[in-house]
Amino acid sequence: MNVVKRSEIDISEKKPASEVVLRLRGITKVFGSLVANNDISLELKSGEVLALLGENGAGKTTLMNILFGHYIADSGSIEVFGRPIQQGSPHAAIELGIGMVHQHFTLADNLSVLDNVMLGTEPLWWFSSNRRAGRLKLEQLGERFGLRVKPNARVAELSIGERQRVEILKALYRNAQILILDEPTAVLTPQETDTFFETLKKLVSGGLSLIFISHKMQEVLAISDRVAVLNEGRLVSELKTADASETELAQSMIGRSIELPERKTLKAGKPILKLKSITVMPEDGRSALSSVSLDICAREIVGIAGVSGNGQSTIADLITGLVEPRSGTLELHGEVVNNFSPRNMLQKKVGRIPEDRHSQGLIGDMTLAENSISECYQDPQFSSYGWQNKLNCQSFAENIVSKFDVRGYSPNSPVRLLSGGNMQKLILGRVLSGNPQLILANQPGRGLDVGAAAYVHEQLLAARENGAAILLISEDLEELLQIADRIAVIHRGRLSESYPRESISISQLGLLMTGQQKKSITNNHAIEADAS
Amino acid sequence: METSIAWLEIFLNASFWVASVRIATPLIFGTLGEVICERAGVLNLGIEGIMTIGAMAGWMAVYQGAGLWSGLFFAAACGGIFGLLHAMLTVPLGLSQHVTGIGITLLATSLTSYVYRLILPEVNSPPRIQAFEPLEIPGLSSIPLIGEALFNQSPLTYFAFISVVVVSYVLYRTPFGLAIQMVGENPAAAEAQGVDVTVIRTVAVVCGSAFMAVGGAFLTMSAFNAFFFNMINGRGWICIALVVFASWRPGKALLGAFLFAAFDAYQMRLQQLVGTEIPYQIFLMMPYVLSILALIVMSRRVGYPQALMIPYRKGER
Repeated sequence: MNVVKRSEIDISEKKPASEVVLRLRGITKVFGSLVANNDISLELKSGEVLALLGENGAGKTTLMNILFGHYIADSGSIEVFGRPIQQGSPHAAIELGIGMVHQHFTLADNLSVLDNVMLGTEPLWWFSSNRRAGRLKLEQLGERFGLRVKPNARVAELSIGERQRVEILKALYRNAQILILDEPTAVLTPQETDTFFETLKKLVSGGLSLIFISHKMQEVLAISDRVAVLNEGRLVSELKTADASETELAQSMIGRSIELPERKTLKAGKPILKLKSITVMPEDGRSALSSVSLDICAREIVGIAGVSGNGQSTIADLITGLVEPRSGTLELHGEVVNNFSPRNMLQKKVGRIPEDRHSQGLIGDMTLAENSISECYQDPQFSSYGWQNKLNCQSFAENIVSKFDVRGYSPNSPVRLLSGGNMQKLILGRVLSGNPQLILANQPGRGLDVGAAAYVHEQLLAARENGAAILLISEDLEELLQIADRIAVIHRGRLSESYPRESISISQLGLLMTGQQKKSITNNHAIEADAS
Repeated sequence: METSIAWLEIFLNASFWVASVRIATPLIFGTLGEVICERAGVLNLGIEGIMTIGAMAGWMAVYQGAGLWSGLFFAAACGGIFGLLHAMLTVPLGLSQHVTGIGITLLATSLTSYVYRLILPEVNSPPRIQAFEPLEIPGLSSIPLIGEALFNQSPLTYFAFISVVVVSYVLYRTPFGLAIQMVGENPAAAEAQGVDVTVIRTVAVVCGSAFMAVGGAFLTMSAFNAFFFNMINGRGWICIALVVFASWRPGKALLGAFLFAAFDAYQMRLQQLVGTEIPYQIFLMMPYVLSILALIVMSRRVGYPQALMIPYRKGER
């Protein structure tokens, strides 16, 4: 009980608004030849939301990892509540009231919510653990900040949004005064993001100071009090959000202006892919599909929107030959496919941009060159009589590297050194060099900064002009509305009809994603159609 | 007709149950030890060697004049030292856990033989020691069948049962146990919450190895009263399989060890019953075949500790 009381006092204790709670001075961090942070000085005031804006690789996460003790800065100092912090120890950071919600959640899936939250909060060598008090405190915090989760649920059973709540609760449970949120909205749906912002407001009114890391301008403008922009490891500007404009921020974040890819109006060609009432059973952790039908034609991008886990990955697995339908048929170029294997699909000119670059796209410890031929290594130009043709492979990779602007490393370096954007470019190069007639692009822009995402979109649009049919699966509705010709929504394994991009809005898509019935929305359509 | 009843009658014979519990004891210790290591994310294939070390160290200490319990403690300490070696190589240095474990087993078994010959150069048959006597628990031991099987055993067998309870409690009810589970599931998460992954994993491997050594010591200090080469005879590897069978749970480890031991005790009696009609090797094979079958059934849905066999390096990109 004692524990609970103290925390309440800690959290509700309000600091005068102008007090500086965190001060970074001249932080520099070098990884090999890369200067990740270059002489960065920042201040965080009590009760404020400071947004840290920057492209991927600008050094935001590195800076926060230094602050939280995962890395040690090469030079510079950190003060929390006026006291210098011992660098390189997350424990010291926690003690001083810093909490961090990592971009990739640091939760153990097989343990309960309470276990995940309580770890490290009690003396390690104690004979028992006061779980009742822990559960009570967790429930009280949940109530206070509107972050309700079941303490006994296994983390593996929780949705992404709920897992994020657990991460925040973890920090609150440790009486965090300063909360660092690293790309918190990257994994959330629009509706979840709204709830999340509500939570942030409650946290601030509860006396916390927040650092919000993001590369999404609208969010930064919506939630923050002050913005600090990083570019290539340097702090390039720092201003009040009220004084900031979107274009100005974008300019300083990217250091150049970005043009949105141009989208030509094309007439769709003959159908390339036809799914006819396909049903897939839920197995091996896959979500099911029930009676999914969809046509995709040449020179057309069809988007599938939906909250992750509603069956879109199963559609992706189906088209890449990883799963076989229980019933229904899949036709490619007018022929029914009976042999569902990845190799057969590749031979039928299906290109694949997988959802998870790291686990399904590339092999981190193998080189760029090896990865670039990993889907076509049996091709006579790369292997003959069981021997690899290293020279051809090398020049193939060099071609991709120069044509698709994969930066930073030679074809003989391991792929894991590449940044996310460059990995995606390599995959894009690998797919497009095979001149695919059908491209499956599963979350191609996820985790990419504006520049890299625009590049990917540009390339997909170019492939469309060259006559490819593209299936674009995405949770990013803006991405879908930007480049797709038609958009369908998947919910609980059922795919809606597809709507032309002109006839549907973000909010309508958002409603369909949550499983609201289509009727009311199609009615709106009719009205809109009438009006026009 | 006679034999068809006889093979059932084995189950009514108290000596079968006594033997099952006795055979299970070293397996319980070994499996518990391996559960602790693997829960923390470290596979310990040094188990076979560490059990050998324990068997020899405990017995030799008593032979040299130490008391039984201090001999047992010495065995555990020796096991702990080899656990520390395994932990040093696999945790801070992050070497392959398979290779290191097999190396530890080879090193420990050979070193045991070497030390044995060094201390007893001219002995032909290994000397016997005054081992642990069965401890009758008054009252309970007079219950038919169960009493004899469970309450008239070596003190080490009781210790094994108590260990299961203690390890379960520590693992599921204490902050340290939670830390062990967390470093085995997601070391980065544990680190982010201020837990030192290296320390937790090292302590877990040392404790686990001490349990393994006690399992080995049971053989020389309670079952056979003397040390023979190759006396561990694959028990360590059985424990590795039992860990999977038990889905990394101490309570289920107890069940698994007992099941395997019962198969073993049963096949010995069946051998005598059938005589020479069927080659005895078939019977020897039986417990292993059955444990493979049990593994297939049980391990369909096991949840491996997510970070098992993955070295954790701080701050790696």
